[in-house]
Formats: sequence, structure tokens, C-alpha cells
Amino acid sequence: MTTRIERHHYDVVVIGAGGAGLRAAIEARLAGKRTAIISKSLFGKAHTVMAEGGAAAAMGNVNPRDNWQVHFRDTMRGGKFLNNYRMAELHAKEAPQRIWELETYGALFDRTKDGKISQRNFGGHEYPRLAHVGDRTGLELIRTLQQKIVSLQQEDKKEHGDYEARIKVFAETTITDLLLDSDRRIAGAFGYYRESGEFVLFEAPAVVLATGGVGRSYKVTSNSWEYTGDGHALALRAGATLINMEFLQFHPTGMVWPPSVKGILVTESVRGDGGVLRNSEGRRFMFDYVPDVFRKQYAETEEEADRWYTDPDNNRRPPELLPRDEVARAINAEVKAGRGSPAGGVYLDVSTRLSPEEIKRRLPSMYHQFKELADVDITKQPMEVGPTCHYVMGGVEVDPDTTAAVGNVQGLFAAGEVSGGMHGSNRLGGNSLSDLLVFGKRAGEHAAAYVDTLGTRPKVSTADVEAAVEQALAPLERKGGESPYRLQQDLQTVMGDLVGIIRRKSELEEALVRLAELRDRANRVSVAGGRRYNPGWHLALDLRNMLIVSECTARAALEREESRGGHTREDFPTMSPKWRTVNLVCSLDGDKVRLEHKPLPKMPPELMKLFDRAELAKYLTDEELAEFDALTAEAHAEEAAK
Amino acid sequence: MGNQDAPVKTGTTRHFRIWRGDESGGELVDYQVEVNEGEVVLDVIHRLQATQAPDLACRWNCKAGKCGSCSMEINGMPRLGCMTRMSTFDDNETVTITPLRTFPIIRDLVTDVSFNYEKARETPAFAPPPDLAPGEYRMQQVDVERSQEFRKCIECFLCQNTCHVIRDHEENKPAFSGPRFFIRAAELDMHPLDTRNDRKEYAQASQGLGYCNITKCCTEVCPEGIKITDNAIIPMKERVVDRRYDPLVWLGSKIFRRGQREAEQTARESAPVGTAHSHAGASHEPGAEAEAERGVHWGRQVPQPQAPAVDSRGRLPISEFTFDRPAAPSPFGEDVTFPMPPKDLNYAHPEQKD
Repeated sequence: MTTRIERHHYDVVVIGAGGAGLRAAIEARLAGKRTAIISKSLFGKAHTVMAEGGAAAAMGNVNPRDNWQVHFRDTMRGGKFLNNYRMAELHAKEAPQRIWELETYGALFDRTKDGKISQRNFGGHEYPRLAHVGDRTGLELIRTLQQKIVSLQQEDKKEHGDYEARIKVFAETTITDLLLDSDRRIAGAFGYYRESGEFVLFEAPAVVLATGGVGRSYKVTSNSWEYTGDGHALALRAGATLINMEFLQFHPTGMVWPPSVKGILVTESVRGDGGVLRNSEGRRFMFDYVPDVFRKQYAETEEEADRWYTDPDNNRRPPELLPRDEVARAINAEVKAGRGSPAGGVYLDVSTRLSPEEIKRRLPSMYHQFKELADVDITKQPMEVGPTCHYVMGGVEVDPDTTAAVGNVQGLFAAGEVSGGMHGSNRLGGNSLSDLLVFGKRAGEHAAAYVDTLGTRPKVSTADVEAAVEQALAPLERKGGESPYRLQQDLQTVMGDLVGIIRRKSELEEALVRLAELRDRANRVSVAGGRRYNPGWHLALDLRNMLIVSECTARAALEREESRGGHTREDFPTMSPKWRTVNLVCSLDGDKVRLEHKPLPKMPPELMKLFDRAELAKYLTDEELAEFDALTAEAHAEEAAK
Repeated sequence: MGNQDAPVKTGTTRHFRIWRGDESGGELVDYQVEVNEGEVVLDVIHRLQATQAPDLACRWNCKAGKCGSCSMEINGMPRLGCMTRMSTFDDNETVTITPLRTFPIIRDLVTDVSFNYEKARETPAFAPPPDLAPGEYRMQQVDVERSQEFRKCIECFLCQNTCHVIRDHEENKPAFSGPRFFIRAAELDMHPLDTRNDRKEYAQASQGLGYCNITKCCTEVCPEGIKITDNAIIPMKERVVDRRYDPLVWLGSKIFRRGQREAEQTARESAPVGTAHSHAGASHEPGAEAEAERGVHWGRQVPQPQAPAVDSRGRLPISEFTFDRPAAPSPFGEDVTFPMPPKDLNYAHPEQKD
């Protein structure tokens, strides 16, 4: 049976062709490895193109006081100290280098007056830090990496006479299973070409997961159809673990009108550039929602907030620039209190502060998007916005330095949204583009290094391939079953209604019951038509992944009895220092999701010292604080001794 | 349904015709489908997939006009499905959706666009300055903006689809890269730090820039509003021509330096690419040309004449011979004949009033 399957042999297979995947592939190829890039859609269409705001990197081009320590601090603060400190540290240190590197690939960022890369303000970042290109930074990033891959292929053509000698893009190809050998080492990946429906087997000792997020399981989402949690599910089934799955970021400002574009993002830079939020009564309500932990950094009056745009050094920032979860919760509360817009959102207005020309120059694709899609002119009227499922903080548990997946598997790496830990309980805007560059590079580098350590290559077992074929063909062979579209809709409703932005114990328990029913129904789904570019079949196969990942989210959300970042429990509305020390880890036991508590890695003293005590007191347990005090006392004593 | 006193306007049923089939053939299939206020064509396709046609093949990703996946022809116009609002059609108008015509069919609305990726691969990549380390790049905003316009491209390939040079002319595909890659060449040409200085010549010699007859269809269909023709193609054509064929230089050599012409001819022949001399659009009668020059308003956007690209042996590419009419296509467009009637000239004499 397996003899008919197309086979390829590579050193490193990168699953996912967004920013993280492409950056990983570039690095693996630069390390001399034969590299395959598996792209679920066409090359260059990845969801990364949707990132608008920019890539955060402490280059200090606009405010020279910025440095990696400040960026690290902001990231930890944004993630409510649940981040893996080492990932946040590496990210803050390496991001500038990764951005500058893009310029050597041909990227054209917006410039400062002295010709350096310009940086813009963004929610949660203390200084202007986001390298950007208007509001299409993600597109620039994808195009740049895509073109760098082409340039590597041109070098290979010169050297070997074949563009695809060392790096090949498999467009419109979906991986359904990872294959392991008997020592639980990665041996290959199995999937199908969307165009033809034919199966394909990649034999490779190292796999980098860069498949992005899980948003397609939600009713209102900014994510594209590709975001079905493939990498999360592949990792689970291969024996790896997921962490932080309860933390999902709901972007505060998604379009809520017209319905066809419900969920699509309005970039945060609209607020960074002077957009204000008002409710149906015209009140600028964000002033009412500044949490105590942020009180010191945010303006208390509209006048002070207005002055900040021109004089940020002497004024505090407007509350519209609070971290995303705070803004999302505030909007949710306003709408629930009956002060929302007709379509169930609030008003975001940039027209009162900036001239039409300035709006068009600074936010060209926003202007374009609203004009084209909604027939709304943002230079003249406010937008109607509300929270939309945007990003999953949780993902594959990885070693921070090598990005190797933790768990019962070797040769598996993960980078970008599919990996967990870096962003803690909430990601700052702009940190995802830099995340995927920093850890994409690391994943490629360490996957290549791992291949070098192998004596013999792991072998794919024929039985595994046959099982994978059978699994993939099942929905086509069943007759008279349920439609996958129907099932997806039901899943989206369950997740949206019961595991959404505000959660309760009873609803989460109900969600788990409903998800079990859905999993059962999924086994009976059948699809019409053949194997050739059949979206119904593709969806049926994706559903398997969506269901298992949704269950992880629901279980972890039920377990974590506190509210923090992207996880809000109505029945536990505050942050608990005790829960800050715990990561919830999901793994698969047969086909059951197992949930375990695992202590959070402890931040070393030199990083701890970057924060002041008053801030730490909001997050740490008494014991941790006592340790911190001992540490500072020690430092004082040392200084006194000198 | 639909006639109740619901607060929200309920959907209407609309007639859609969608091409279904594969490379062996297919046909337009009729569907009656519900359409709600504020929806776009792609929403309707999704509704069809979820209800009547679960295996209807159609590409899409972002649904926000940013990824360029859902390219299709809607009532014959190349468009993005996600950017075509249903409100732009009349209530009883039939909406006909067909796949991109220029590329081979895979199934239904999905076509094989690999042509574009092959052309992308042939276009020489950015050549970074060897003496600048990462972090040392300095550029002015005004200088990067010109290239940034072209970097807005979302690669929907609607321009490639609509371009007559390859639409229905499979034979031109090997020699012609298309508007998408002309703007790529222009982008690199205008990149402040790109170290290659032959982007225009490359476009002319290897990308088939000369085939373009500036009908501006590509600009018209671009969902990003990139001025493909005006800002990329015409400036490249003009400057390629400037270097190789400047009418004044030519005139001078003809009048004053007849003796040197043979030497110049030899020099021309040894030049690397596309040096064939063009006779298109000019009479070559010195008096008449000088006259014409004085009377012509040079600021207007009329394409410069130019030579067709030739290969390394100085011959026309083979596709010229398979073209459906004798000789090369006119650089001014097939629908322009010379002399042009005076009323079509974009010129008013300063002293004449009408």
C-alpha cells in the first residue's frame, strides 16, 4: 500500500510557512541542511501577513533609553509574570539583531529622520519600540523571508543547477501525522497535497512545528481557516506536552460591522496613533478601567492623555494603550452594561485627532480595509469594534534555548504561536513578529544541530504510514454521516459561548461534556466528493485537531482558579500569587487529555533585580518576596562593604 | 420567512452561477443562495460550501483583502472574493463566478498559479551592499516610499491574470514575467541600497517588459491600488529607452556624424541586450521629427517607442514568430494606428483658441 505514496527525504522538515517557519527554514538551510517547507496554503499567504502593528525590538532608534532590560520587563509585566523568563530574556536580547538582519534580506521599514528604522508606540511597551511598515508589517516580513528563500534557491541553482537542491516549498500541503521510530525519535511526517488529494511522506529526522494558532475553533476570530491547531495536536499525538492552553488573547478591537468581516482586526496602532474609545453615550470609558497595577503609568484625565501624544516624557500615557486583555475586558463590560453600539461593540475614533491625510499615511491599509469592506471612512467617522479571538499564548512546551519540544519525543522543535511560554498569560502587541524571528531562527539552528548528532536515521514504520492513510481516508469512505461544516459550527459555538473571554466553572464543565459529544460525532463525519481539492474533506481532517486542542483549553481553563491575562474567571476575578508559580501542562494518554501542574521556572536574581519591589509585590507570593528582600539586602551589604 | 417584522433585515435569495469542473472540462452551475446585508461574495461561497456544495473548491485565507488568495472572476472582472461587496450588485442581478482564466484549472475556482512562483524565482534577488553590517543601513523615508508602494503587493495575481500578453497567449508565458514581476524589478531598481544597477535592463531583456503595451489593465484590477503602469512599467521603459534610443542623439548622429555611424553600429551590436533599433511610431524624416518634437506636449503619458527584446544572439525570441500577426506587437497597443488623427493628440496649441 505504502509503495504508491510519494516519498521525500529531507534533513529538516518545517511545518508551516509563516514567519517562524520561513525563518527556521532559512536557518536550517544556512546550516547546510536539506530543508522542506510545508505550507498549508500558497507560499506567502500565511497568517503572518495579517500582523499590522509591527515587530518589537529594543533598538533604541526613537528613544535611546530603550534597551533589552526594559523590553524584558515590559514582556514579563504584560504576561503577568507567568512567562518563561528565559524565553522573554532571549527574545528581548535577540530581537534587534533579527530585525536588522531582515534589512539585509531586502526589507524596507519606515525610517526615522536620521535614516534608521522608525519605531512606534504600542500597548504595554514603555518606549516606542515597534519596527513597522505603515500598518502592513506582517506582509513585509513574509515577503522579505519569502524573497530570502528565493535568493537562497538562486544560490543553490548556481551551485547545483537546481533551485530546489537544498530548500523546497511544498505549497498547499497539509501534514496529518508525525511518525516516530521505536525510540520515540521523529522519523517523518505524513500528509496530503490539497490540490490532488494524493498522499506524501517526508522522511526526516527533525521536524520544526510552526503552524500558528487555534482561533478557528471560535465563532468570532481574526484567524484564517488555517488556524486549526494542527501543530498543537501533532505535538500532543507525538508525545510532547502543551502549556498555558487556558490563555487565549482576545484582541480588543475587531470589526463588528458589517457581519461579513466580523472578527477582523483593527490594529492597535490606531490607538497608539491617537484613536480613542467611546461608548454609546460618548464617554471615553477607558479611564474607568485602569487596574491598580497600572495606575502609576497611565493618565487620569483626558487632558493629560492628550498631551502624551506630543510630549510622552512629561505625561502619562492614555488608558487606551493598556495591555490588550484590559482593553478587551473593558469593552466587554461596557457592552454588557448596555452602553455598546448597535452591532454589539464600542466606537473607536481616530478622525477627531488626526487629519485625513495623516490617517491615510499612517494607517493606509486600515483606511483601505474599512473603505472597501465596510464602506466606512475612518477619516470622517468612528469604527465599531469589539473583542475577537486573536492569539493563543499556550502551545508546545519547549526548551527555551533550543526550542526542542519537552515530553516523550526527540527531534521535534516548535517556534512562533504554536510554542508556549514566551508570552505568559498575555502577549504584548508587536512581540509576536519578533518572537517568530527570534525563535524561528533558534528552531532552525537547533534542528540542524540535532540532525548532526544522529548516528543513524530513524526509520518510518510501514504500519504507521498505513494507519495514517486509513485515518485520512476515513471521512471519505464513510457514507451518510454528518457534515464537517455543521460540526465546526457547533464547535465554534461551544468555544465562543462557554470557553470565551469571560469564563465560569459551570460553563466550562458543560463545555467539556459538549466537547466529548463533538469528538464522538467527529468519528462519524462523512464528506461528499473526491480527494481532489475538496475543502469538506480538508475540514473533516482539521476537525480532529481542533477538537483535541479545544479540550486542552477547556480543561486548563477549568483548572486555573484565578484571572490572569488571557484567562478571566468570573468566579475567581483576581490574580492569585499562588497560581503564578504554576504551569498547567497537557499531554495525551491514549486519546485522553491529561492535565498536570508543573512549577514555573524560577527567575534568576540578576533578572529579578530589574523590577522594583512595589511591582513584584503585586505578583509574587510572600515567600518569593522574602527571597527577593534577602537578595536586595545582600546587595546593599555588599555595596556597603565596598 | 423574510417577511416577518424582524428588527434585523433578513437575507434575500440570489442567483449565482459558478463554474464547476476540472482540467478535463466543466460548466456553469446554477445556485439559489441566501445573501444577507453587509456580505461579500466570499461569504456566499462559504454558505454554499456549508449547505449545497460542500466540495466546492475555492482558495481563501484572511478574508480581509490582505493575503490575495481568493482571486476569481466575478461577472468577468478579475477581483478578490472577499473585497466584492454584494451591495455592489443589483438585487436581481445574477452573479457569475469563474476561475482565473490565465492559469490552468485545478478544480472549480482553484487554478494552478505556479507560473507566478516560477517567475518570482527567476527574478534576481535583492543584492545587499557588502560593506554594510546589519544595523548599519541608513535610508531616508522619502527614498524607501517609492519601493514601499510596490511592496504593498499581496500577490493576488489579478494583474497577471488580466494581462493580455499572457491571457489566452500561452505561448508568451516563457518570455514574459508579467506586471507582478515588473513591479518587483522596479522595487529593487528604486531600493536605495540595492547594489545591482541593471534591473531595468534585466526587465527588458529577460522579463519581457517590451511585450507590455501599456493598456493599464493591471493597474485597473490591482486591489492594493498600486500604480503598476504609471509608477513601475512606464518609468522603466522610458529609462531603458533613454539609454538605448534617445531620439535627439540619434538625430545628431544622423545629421552630423554620418562617417561615424558604422563604428557606432558595431558598438551597438556588442552591447549586451536588446539593442535592436526601433522604427515604431517615428517617421525618421529629420525635418518632420524636429517639427513633431516642438509641437508635442512631452509631459503627457504616451509610451515611448522601444525595441523588442532580443536574445544573446541578437535575434528576436522565438515567441515573436508564434505571435498571431506579423512582426512584433506594437508598443503603443494594437488599437493605435499612425499617423494618429490630430483630435486624438493630447495637445493644444498655446496660441490657438477653439
